[in-house]
Amino acid sequence: MNDALTIDLEALSQEAGLPALLAELDGSLVGLAPVKTRIREIAALLVVDRARRQVGLSASAPSLHMSFTGNPGTGKTTVALRMAEILHRLGYCRKGHLVAVTRDDLVGQFIGHTAPKTKEVVKRAMGGVLFIDEAYYLYRPENERDYGMEAIEILLQVMENQRDDLVVIVAGYKDRMDTFFKANPGLSSRIAHHIDFPDYAPEELLAISDLMLGGMQYRLSPGAREALVEYIEIRRTRPHFANARSIRNALDRARLRQANRLFASRSGPVAPDALMTIEAEDLRASRVFADNAREPDLRGYGGTP
Amino acid sequence: MRLTQGTFSFLPDLTDTQIKAQVEYCLAKGWAVSIEYTDDPHPRNTYWEMYGNPMFDLKDAAGVMTEVNACRKAFPNHYVKLNAFDSTHGWEALRLSFIVNRPKVEPGFELRREEGAGRIQRYSTRSYATARPEGERYS
Repeated sequence: MNDALTIDLEALSQEAGLPALLAELDGSLVGLAPVKTRIREIAALLVVDRARRQVGLSASAPSLHMSFTGNPGTGKTTVALRMAEILHRLGYCRKGHLVAVTRDDLVGQFIGHTAPKTKEVVKRAMGGVLFIDEAYYLYRPENERDYGMEAIEILLQVMENQRDDLVVIVAGYKDRMDTFFKANPGLSSRIAHHIDFPDYAPEELLAISDLMLGGMQYRLSPGAREALVEYIEIRRTRPHFANARSIRNALDRARLRQANRLFASRSGPVAPDALMTIEAEDLRASRVFADNAREPDLRGYGGTP
Repeated sequence: MRLTQGTFSFLPDLTDTQIKAQVEYCLAKGWAVSIEYTDDPHPRNTYWEMYGNPMFDLKDAAGVMTEVNACRKAFPNHYVKLNAFDSTHGWEALRLSFIVNRPKVEPGFELRREEGAGRIQRYSTRSYATARPEGERYS
């Protein structure tokens, strides 16, 4: 080996467009430190592998199958959608498309139906990412004649033999995925990256709502922002809290109330600014506040599931 | 006698890399690729057996290559061809078709001459292999 031969990793990383990709990732995904760390590691491996190849060392493609576990609304599906694009830009996926499936798309109705169905899906996903949402439904221990096992076996074979052709991402709620993996140790060991999605902190949820509102071209008035901070505090302690999904629902309902408020006062002209701004009263009308003050909600709208 | 049919009939057999490149081209054009096999390679036999369904919605050639290799494994001594079907309005036809597998020994075709009325000469061809029943030819 020639020691005088040195490689400029920074130049390689620039060439692969990594700094831009990682910056974009930081900007568009709030929180999710474990996910970002893992993507950074995979990106670093890409650069190091390129450097290794330049000096004549062997560099084999890593196993990239992943498992996303976490509570509802922590961004598993969102990240999976982004992952296909990221892996494509890193050069680990040839086409970078995502095929999102659930049990229905993989498991057949009768004997001999499952294998062709699963293979068909696998073929479609080749060159990209196969995303299996709620993967624990594939395995139903209560029914020993369930065809889900057959689909899992085909997936295992593909994950092992055609690692270069597709990346499999399974996702689901933490506790149910744990039992799923316990029952299928083969699947668990073939997945190199087990990533756990943490719940969001209140300030992260606030940042997420800013991103969501920005995307929809809305903004919060200062009073509304205060109300939202309070809303997040209360909503987090309530049952069926689904992190970012609950926030999105709350914002959608605030939009409805804002529209209703503007419509009720439609006698005068309305400024573009008013169309964009969500006021405190739009958020405070939520049943979450009412329930918190132990007052019955008589308005009949603005409910939270 | 080496049988030639389809798009690249004047070329030597394509390698797997070349087949893959052709499939990539087809998929980029949005054509559906399908696999067919036969052991009756008469030029007028246009209806070969389908191996699986035509593959719609594929993005990458790897899926097609998996099927091609599976078909070669199942029918090592048959002719196997790839078809690419263009479903766009106005075409609705095969745009590309070529042989990807052939038997090791190809005995070729017999040219038959038949004397008709008024000394008219009729010709027909017949594969030597088809003398035996289906499935036992080329084995």
